[in-house]
Amino acid sequence: MKKVEIIVRPFKLDEVKSALSAIGVKGMTASEVKGFGRQGGHKEVYRGAEYQVDFLPKVKIEVVVEDDLVPEVVDTARKTAATGQVGDGKIFVIPVDEVVRIRTGETGEQAV
Amino acid sequence: MNAADTAFILLCAALVMFMTAPGLALFYAGLVRSKNVLGTMMQSFVMLGVASITWAVIGYSLSFGPDIAGLIGGLDFAFLKGVGMDTVNSPAGNLPHLLFMIFQCMFAVITPALITGAFAERMKFSAFLLFSCLWIIVVYAPMCHWVWGGGWMAKMGALDFAGGAVVHMSSGAAALAACLALGKRRGYGKDPFIPHNLPMCILGAAILWFGWFGFNAGSALAANGLAANAFVTTHMATAAAVLGWLLVEKMHAGRPTTLGAASGAVAGLVAITPAAGFVTPMAAMAIGLLGGMICYGGVLLKGKLGYDDSLDVVGIHGLGGTWGALATGIFASLGAKGLFTGNPGQVWIQFVSVIATWAFCFIASYVLFKIVDNVVGLRVSQEDETRGLDLSQHSETGYQW
Repeated sequence: MKKVEIIVRPFKLDEVKSALSAIGVKGMTASEVKGFGRQGGHKEVYRGAEYQVDFLPKVKIEVVVEDDLVPEVVDTARKTAATGQVGDGKIFVIPVDEVVRIRTGETGEQAV
Repeated sequence: MNAADTAFILLCAALVMFMTAPGLALFYAGLVRSKNVLGTMMQSFVMLGVASITWAVIGYSLSFGPDIAGLIGGLDFAFLKGVGMDTVNSPAGNLPHLLFMIFQCMFAVITPALITGAFAERMKFSAFLLFSCLWIIVVYAPMCHWVWGGGWMAKMGALDFAGGAVVHMSSGAAALAACLALGKRRGYGKDPFIPHNLPMCILGAAILWFGWFGFNAGSALAANGLAANAFVTTHMATAAAVLGWLLVEKMHAGRPTTLGAASGAVAGLVAITPAAGFVTPMAAMAIGLLGGMICYGGVLLKGKLGYDDSLDVVGIHGLGGTWGALATGIFASLGAKGLFTGNPGQVWIQFVSVIATWAFCFIASYVLFKIVDNVVGLRVSQEDETRGLDLSQHSETGYQW
């Protein structure tokens, strides 16, 4: 099992969610996060004083899937979230040791 | 006694109360960081308690008691002795003495609350209470007496319709003293101090605008044409100031902002305050337009001079009040003559009142800050400042999630 963390532009959340659901991803967790990379931040102006805001809002989607689904998830997420501009986000793939469904106690791939 | 006047001023007093909280409380609270939202609102709200009591006990008497050498009022009205339902001894012969007292009380409430913007996010609550209480007695009451209680500024012929000197220059000068006495917030110039809730600011500014009709039109102390003129000049000056601020902001910073519109409105309200009953609506527009532009410059000034006036009390109330006082001398044409109606001497009188107000209020406020610093200490500890006033001073947080 792998966890795929997909950090995208906030307005891309719905599109990515629909696309992942369409290829068989059954659940996901999304959080509002802030960060910066090559895009850098932006400037805000209050009463004539400029402030550099480094952290930009992004959405992080986390899904846990079986190993053989990973390439399709990554590919789908990348294609859906891309705009071609700097700041489209990142995808991380991380190994997952164990999954437990709290209600039933099931473990492993059955619990995903 | 006049029933129509009485009814009108009763409502005006309530309008001015509404300016302090929620008006000013929201305006200031939106400008601070979220960890200080309650501490900032509290500094306005609690003035309704502390300043009101101080006013009734001694402030009113020092302001409007029998004149002593043009400097201060006597103690005849202390604890509201002899301040009754009838017009006996009332400074306004058409209003019950109690009504005149409570209308003036609301001015004494908002003025120290205005200063809180200068030391926002770093002052101890105990020190703030002690300072405000002393400030009403030592600074506000004499100023109020000089201008409206038959003191030397009134005798000199200085024009101040609704409080350009008494309310705005005095709080602006005290604000400058506060910046120098307290020093900068930790991280000033390094960390971005971004307003945490601008919709709150806009709401607060709009409530201030609304309440200001009571402040300025009510200062006619009667339901008459003068009140109508003050109402209209207040509105037109503020309208022009919004546009003036946005225009300069667009040229200087690139975009017109909502905070700019709100700040411009307050600048215009401040600038027209001393003039509201002495100028025409068209002159009011000129005063407001220039007021908005001048105060934008005033706000930029703190960056150049390097003091931390957190919410720009010096820039907006200090400079706006000063411009308004001088503008009154320039544009006065109703019930008084100014530069444009052939009385250049009025500008000189206004200038003298400006210098005297700044000098007295700045020095007296600075001394008070130093005294309070020695008694209880002005600033919260470094750790408390980092945690925020909400937790460190009040054991609460404004937002739960």
